[in-house]
Amino acid sequence: MPKVKVDGVEIEVPQGATVLQACELAGKEIPRFCYHERLSIAGNCRMCLVEVKPGPPKPQASCALPASDGQEISTMTPLVKKAREGVMEFLLINHPLDCPICDQGGECDLQDQAMAYGRGHSRFAENKRAVTEKYMGPVVKTVMTRCIQCTRCVRFAEEVAGVEEIGAINRGENMEITSYLEGAVTSELSGNVVDLCPVGALVSKPYSFEARPWELRKVPAIDVMDAVGTNIRIDHRFREVMRALPRVNEDVNEEWAHDKTRHCVDGLVRNRLDRPWVRRDGRLQPASWEQAFAVIAERLAGAGGDEVAAIAGDLQDLESVFALKALLRAYGSTLHESRQDGALFDASHPRAYRFNSTIAGIETAPAILLIGTNPRWEAPLVNTRIRKAVKAGAKLFRLGEAVDLTYPVEELGEDLSRLGSLPDAVSDAFAGKENAAVIVGMGALLQPGAYEAARATAAALGATFNLLHTAASRVGALDVGFAAEGGVEAIRARAGALKALFLLGADEMDTSAFAETFTVYIGTHGDRGVRHADVILPGAAYTEKHGTYVNLEGRVQLSEFAVHPPGEAREDWTILRALSDVLGKRLPFDSLSELRAAMAEEFPHLGTVGLSDPGPLPALTGAAPGVAGTVVYPIEDFYLTNPIARASPTLQRCSAEILHGETFREAAE
Amino acid sequence: MLDDKDRIFTNLYGFQDWGLKGAQARGDWDDTAALMARGQDAIIEEIKASGLRGRGGAGFPTGMKWGFMPKEPTPGRPNFLVINADESEPGSCKDREIIRHDPHKLIEGALIAGFAMRARAAYIYIRGEFIREAETLFAAVQQAYDAGLLGKNAAKSGYDFDLFVHRGAGAYICGEETAMLESLEGKKGMPRLKPPFPAGAGLYGCPTTVNNVESIAVVPTILRRGASWFKSFGREKNEGTKLFQISGHVNRPCVVEDAMSVPFRELIERHAGGIRGGWDNLLAVIPGGSSVPLVPAAQIIDAPMDFDGLRDLQSGLGTAAVIVMDKSTDVVKAIARISYFYKHESCGQCTPCREGTGWMWRVMERLVEGNAALEEIDLLWDVTKQVEGHTICALGDAAAWPIQGLIRHFRPELERRIRDKQAPTLEAAE
Repeated sequence: MPKVKVDGVEIEVPQGATVLQACELAGKEIPRFCYHERLSIAGNCRMCLVEVKPGPPKPQASCALPASDGQEISTMTPLVKKAREGVMEFLLINHPLDCPICDQGGECDLQDQAMAYGRGHSRFAENKRAVTEKYMGPVVKTVMTRCIQCTRCVRFAEEVAGVEEIGAINRGENMEITSYLEGAVTSELSGNVVDLCPVGALVSKPYSFEARPWELRKVPAIDVMDAVGTNIRIDHRFREVMRALPRVNEDVNEEWAHDKTRHCVDGLVRNRLDRPWVRRDGRLQPASWEQAFAVIAERLAGAGGDEVAAIAGDLQDLESVFALKALLRAYGSTLHESRQDGALFDASHPRAYRFNSTIAGIETAPAILLIGTNPRWEAPLVNTRIRKAVKAGAKLFRLGEAVDLTYPVEELGEDLSRLGSLPDAVSDAFAGKENAAVIVGMGALLQPGAYEAARATAAALGATFNLLHTAASRVGALDVGFAAEGGVEAIRARAGALKALFLLGADEMDTSAFAETFTVYIGTHGDRGVRHADVILPGAAYTEKHGTYVNLEGRVQLSEFAVHPPGEAREDWTILRALSDVLGKRLPFDSLSELRAAMAEEFPHLGTVGLSDPGPLPALTGAAPGVAGTVVYPIEDFYLTNPIARASPTLQRCSAEILHGETFREAAE
Repeated sequence: MLDDKDRIFTNLYGFQDWGLKGAQARGDWDDTAALMARGQDAIIEEIKASGLRGRGGAGFPTGMKWGFMPKEPTPGRPNFLVINADESEPGSCKDREIIRHDPHKLIEGALIAGFAMRARAAYIYIRGEFIREAETLFAAVQQAYDAGLLGKNAAKSGYDFDLFVHRGAGAYICGEETAMLESLEGKKGMPRLKPPFPAGAGLYGCPTTVNNVESIAVVPTILRRGASWFKSFGREKNEGTKLFQISGHVNRPCVVEDAMSVPFRELIERHAGGIRGGWDNLLAVIPGGSSVPLVPAAQIIDAPMDFDGLRDLQSGLGTAAVIVMDKSTDVVKAIARISYFYKHESCGQCTPCREGTGWMWRVMERLVEGNAALEEIDLLWDVTKQVEGHTICALGDAAAWPIQGLIRHFRPELERRIRDKQAPTLEAAE
């Protein structure tokens, strides 16, 4: 480990660290624009210049210079100050002075660093450069005159997103950043370039001119658009969520978030259920909470254990699922299921349905077999990790339709019968490798026997077994035992005998079998789940409640309340608590903390934030059954996978434009 | 004063056949295998002993540069030699003469130099605008292949060596060594960060040495005639012979080989027929191509034309492209034109050069007319200092130096133009 001196203070830095990292370790702030921890080093902004001895008698770009033993680094000499002032002046001479109308204002690196390291006045008397806007798709608005050519967006697109669609054309002062042929960037991660852009050149299109950062209140939350559990920050002004931005969590999302996470928020104020409804004479009519509860109580009077069933949806917080299970238990029913997609797998042990390699751990896998999964759509941030593994030399195999995952994959066909006869290339790639992984998607698990066959394959290959869930609530719901023998089909088969079916935000399943069943829908949007509902109780979306979420690797995370639900809508667990009173089955908790305490008592690992260890995965007994059938990926349209996303105009447009090739004309401003 | 017998480039003027037969008649390819049989380290030592400094402008000792290459390249990471024939510096035209009149000197040099640095192959990156020159070079390489001088068992030396010619697309920046590697790899010609240096990770990440055409073309002759012969010309640390390219206001512009350290006056008198209008008519000289600062007449006339002598004049030998300007020259306009060139050729990668070259050029354009304030001369000086030394490659320096030279030596002229423009303002009587 090299020892260097930073401004006279000697510190030891890790092998391979750069001078910039050494300075940071020493507590010195080094201004930078092009440098970003998660991207390759470009060294082109020249803002991070420092003086290094031994070395040439000129300032060095600290981001690109390896720290080596005996270096003396000076970050505050007159030479360094002058160099920074010079670079800052160059960056500003062609940067427009439009901060008052720039969406980046208040959270702009250039603004902040100009304050700290700039001269304070301009000596530039010539005309400023103007650059025409470039079209980059439905979520990224460009104001290219503001661009300082740091190329972070170019490097992100190429290195992380895996789409080589952003680049620089022309040279010298005419250099311009653009997308390929000015088309929409076809990446589900494109919104991240907005965060990466240190200036206001790439800004969020849906958020443009909406708010100023200092007007926003920021609340830490957990994203529910997929099962990754992306750590986000909800920025809201008064009662409206303005935007969702990723928070840093190295174990989960690093600092990325996909476009659905970022832009579903305009779906939170559209198509919302804001009051209870009751079906009378075949028509849904507005009702009060009391009336709605009375109807339910009337229908449930005298119901026995196997006459009440419940299906939990994909976006639910764990508390509401737990409360619903408690309510069903009060009736003596175990007909509760969270796998509304009908996936069949063993839910008896957490390791049996978790992503056991962990999200961060999959980066180190030397070989990965994908069975019936399209991680690019089902969990884009897992896909970026797999991409890192591939870049590090991992061999990838896929059983399923050949879709572009942004990295090369060896195809094994689409039929699950191949599981029994994998080619030697697969076993050779896995042989003797640690941390190799088999990732099974919901697309494979619709076939009976597929789960067991995949488990047997993983065991035979000596690989870690992983399920890639698509729903934010799924692993948590399974953790509290919200699964029924025979899955959702068993409940469907009992449709005629049910006195009541509770749908807790279940919008992704075919409910036609329950058309004649008395159905209570608790949820947020007037979406698929309300079609056959007889009573609708308006619930709270993920931004509108404190909630616990368990991500696909089994990580328990807490999300916080940001804004109130609209109208008469209430937090879901309180609805169930109030209803239980009316039904005469009072649930034993009166506050969220009591509910959480009850949950933690029954399932201790849910009381602790983070990843728990449930012990090793028990081996599967019995021979693996034969399996056949084509894999069908569960997600047809990445942008429209849940009621919130379907209500979002931004995501509707993303879907139409990026997935269905529609073109949108924009009026010139 | 260089005797004819001591000239390396004996067909510099193109009076004889450029082809293989003509070259062999002039002594090229004469038992090349024997030269190579001396061994790789012996060749490098000989070049080190000859004092040859890189002819592309920076003047880095060539033998030492070769010594940085790995001695035992692994099969997966071969060594490469890249020859820089992207001669685009305004004023420079020596590589062009070598390629079109004496290409076999270059090809033989490539084989020997490549062998010495254990390179698997050499790439000649030739400037895109050199269309006829590229045709000649392609033909000459083909002749060498046909004669068994390249390829497997090149020149019967037992060494396998390939030579590829790659045509550029017309960007000046691709003459910068790492930008050239990027361009060769098919990418946009933008200089790379150093370190890593090309000898560590160059073309396709393999150890690479980039040399100028002239540096490589003189190698066979140095080996044939000995390091001490080459070292006998010029002053200490500036030894050898050099191609000077004399352009501008001389009576007979020419490219000529002479000894290093030849005094400027002798160089011009002997080869270029003197200054147009006599020595009293000399205004200034840019001694090394457009990127070095100009030197006013009084300082240059008796100065030795070599690396150190011109450095002492706060200029440089560069490529020895001597641009002579007599008193009819609008020197401010000349430098403004050079500024435009650098603004036009900046790759745009790093901030000081991308923004600074445009700024400097615009101020220069106004200074031509005197359409500026006196303080702007100091501002311009400051801007050149903000560019210089703060960029990834040397193009920023190259853009700054000519302007610094102008301000250093011709500030009174700049001030005169501004004052003339600011003739007393007449105000209407009230």
